Amino acid sequence: MPLLEMRDIVKEFPGVKALDGVSFTLDAGEFHSLVGENGAGKSTLMKVLSAVYPHGTYEGDILIDGSVRSFRGIRDSESAGVAIIFQELSLVKELTVGENIFLGQEPNRFGVIDWAELYHRASSLLRDLDLDLDPRVQAGSLGIGQQQLVEIAKALSKDARILVLDEPTAALTESEVETLFGILEKLRAKGVGMIYISHKLDEVFRLSDRITVLRDGRTVGTHAAAELSKDRVISAMVGREVGDIYPKPDHQYGDVAMRVSGLTVYDIDVADKKLVDNVSFEVRRGEVLGIAGLMGAGRSETLTAIFGGWQGRCDGQIEVDGIAKRFRSPKEAIAAGLGFVTEDRKRYGLLLDQTIIDNMTLASLKKVSGSFLTDRAKEAKAVSAQISSLRIKTPSAFTVAGTLSGGNQQKVVLGKWLLTEPKVLFLDEPTRGIDVGAKQEIYAEINRLAKQGLAIVLVSSELPELLGLSDRVVVLHEGRMSGEFSRQEATPEKVMAAATGQMI
Amino acid sequence: MSEAKSKQFDSSSLRAYVMIAILALIWLLFHWLTGSTFLTPRNLSNLMTQMSVTGILAVGMLMLIVSGNIDLSVGSVLGLAGGVAAWALVAGYGLPVAMLMAIGICVGVGLFQGTLTAYLNIPAFIVTLGGLLAWRGVVKWLLGGNTIPISDDTFKAMGQSYIGTTAGWVLAAVAVAFVIFMAIRRAQSTKTYGLGEANYTGELLKTVLPVLAIIAFIWVMNSYEDRGVPTPVLMLVVVALLGGFITTSTTFGRYLYAIGGNADAARLSGINNKRNVLAVYAILGAVTGLAALIYSGRVGSATPDAGVLKELDAIAACVIGGASLMGGRGTIFGACLGALIMASLDNGMSLYGVRDFLQDIVKGSILVAAVGLDMFGRKQG
Repeated sequence: MPLLEMRDIVKEFPGVKALDGVSFTLDAGEFHSLVGENGAGKSTLMKVLSAVYPHGTYEGDILIDGSVRSFRGIRDSESAGVAIIFQELSLVKELTVGENIFLGQEPNRFGVIDWAELYHRASSLLRDLDLDLDPRVQAGSLGIGQQQLVEIAKALSKDARILVLDEPTAALTESEVETLFGILEKLRAKGVGMIYISHKLDEVFRLSDRITVLRDGRTVGTHAAAELSKDRVISAMVGREVGDIYPKPDHQYGDVAMRVSGLTVYDIDVADKKLVDNVSFEVRRGEVLGIAGLMGAGRSETLTAIFGGWQGRCDGQIEVDGIAKRFRSPKEAIAAGLGFVTEDRKRYGLLLDQTIIDNMTLASLKKVSGSFLTDRAKEAKAVSAQISSLRIKTPSAFTVAGTLSGGNQQKVVLGKWLLTEPKVLFLDEPTRGIDVGAKQEIYAEINRLAKQGLAIVLVSSELPELLGLSDRVVVLHEGRMSGEFSRQEATPEKVMAAATGQMI
Repeated sequence: MSEAKSKQFDSSSLRAYVMIAILALIWLLFHWLTGSTFLTPRNLSNLMTQMSVTGILAVGMLMLIVSGNIDLSVGSVLGLAGGVAAWALVAGYGLPVAMLMAIGICVGVGLFQGTLTAYLNIPAFIVTLGGLLAWRGVVKWLLGGNTIPISDDTFKAMGQSYIGTTAGWVLAAVAVAFVIFMAIRRAQSTKTYGLGEANYTGELLKTVLPVLAIIAFIWVMNSYEDRGVPTPVLMLVVVALLGGFITTSTTFGRYLYAIGGNADAARLSGINNKRNVLAVYAILGAVTGLAALIYSGRVGSATPDAGVLKELDAIAACVIGGASLMGGRGTIFGACLGALIMASLDNGMSLYGVRDFLQDIVKGSILVAAVGLDMFGRKQG
């Protein structure tokens, strides 16, 4: 009997089927890797398991030790022995290591914390993991790697029997990775079942007993790691036809519209950590340049830094229309003819409480409305033209942006940048979380803009989309360029291999 | 499209109508409770004068709150400016210099606190909480704990005079003409940009209520012993009109709503968040200076505790008027209505003889209840 069994899990979001009948099993003492492209459904599956999406919001069954469980919340899943270590650290930096480990389950008598007991137990937990750490130290003062290990100690303090690790090595150094793997080996020997999510196939193959590949919310297959090769995993991850939903680009390239050389972007908090390292590329008028890469490869950081919006340190040269530029703020970039449809429209793109007009004219207000006085009627005319050409479905230009569907919100953001009449347009995940129909309309729009001579830089985590739209693809892996392919050369396998760092 | 547009218009105006209705209820209640002394020209004139300082501060505060910031120090800064003006008069600098110094020091304080907030990223709450204490300390030091009487008649007139009946009617005529002119312009611009035919009758119908309100207001003010509109109230009207103009009709105003609504989106859309926030602090400083002159003129002296708790009145007025302390939402009209509601409560309860401590309890409760109802209403909608 497996330790964990997830049967025919279906999870739907409005307009998107994130999981479509996924089944998954985990044995005690097993190391089971879960791989797939961004958006394949790995994280969603784990959120179902840990009851971030509680019972009733999905279909299918979760069985632990053979009995069906219906978790109402994270507390339920934790008490059943499920612990997740997320990509983003969830330690409270101001608290000590010991306080973090026992957060929410402090040993106490009548609500008074027994500190001696707490630190004693914390010490022994850390010792079990071979961690030479003082539990009285503030968690925030530790390096990222050690914080990750503290998270594992925290999971173990809850007697976790099923440990989920979501990209645990993304921020670790080589030696920290070794420490982590040593600990994972020990846990395996103790009978803890582990689900390991990673884009780094070397790591996946090093420890896995079995590997499950997810694609588009379905299980492609589960195999013993020994029977698989990296190539087979990659082709299983991407293996689908690039459908006809992408209009065939027939672009006439013009001059180089923008050239970037030696772009290096540093982490805002960690002084010498490079998020983007010496990246160079150019994009021509009428060309769609795709930037491929996995999560954390530095794609958004690249665009933000070029656009003058990075709030940390960054170096490199930028030329627009052959003239050297240095943008200290997005304002200067916009003046030079750059536009930036940012990722995560709710966080970086929209004023959700305000109207379509207010949103769309924001980046071009002085041009569209007036340099000091605004003119609503003039704005309404410009915005109405965008609403009809982008086919935004809305009762009026005065509708509040937050009430629109995801696809229409995205079109509002696109319209905002088109009103600035850019020469170079950055699109960062322009179709994330929107329905298929709206996606196709945005694809058509991208193609139309390129035909009009706009230079487009496209970032997308959906590989078929990226390959279907781009004339040329640049691949980033951990901040460095790991490949550049023309449309003809760019097969999903090659791009994915470069993105996972398999061919540098 | 026009149907949907009018629907949108209704939902955003609904709040204003509800507030006006609540104000009317409060007035009628007090009129009944006080044996018909509340709604008399004399009391209404006093009421308007009483709200003018808070109202002027609320206009500046509203702009700052819309941008997602706050200023807790305006009461202390108001006291400081009054002290500086009185001190300058005593020192013999003359009235114009004294007034300029008062306003100048407020703008200076605004720029200073704005720089700490916008450029050095110290939270506005902390910067201005420090200011609340520090500037009050400066006033006490400046005045040495004493009250300086103001003898200059022109200065006192700022807070105590009336503009007279004729000037009132002239103002009314100008205001009515302006309202109608704007309506015609709106109708024309609809046509100019091909958004439909110019709807003159529709736009003119919308002016009926404002025109009636203007005439009623002047008539009531003039009915109080033929004195006309009180000077502080005239200043409030001017400041409020300017504030309304800035927030609704300038790019700067639009940027404030964008910065408060989503600072990241605003920055990435090419807006210089820092400079705009700094500018609002300066504007709030300028109106605080003006409010200080009116306040000192009305009281006839500068005292070390002038303006204590005024910042909370101004913030409460904004919030009752529908502003969100998270930024991005609020109107000048709402803030002024909020100030009028607060002043009505003060005035009415005093007339009715409600004890001091009970007045505070009632005002505090109403502030919380108003925001609670608003949140509830938003969730429903």
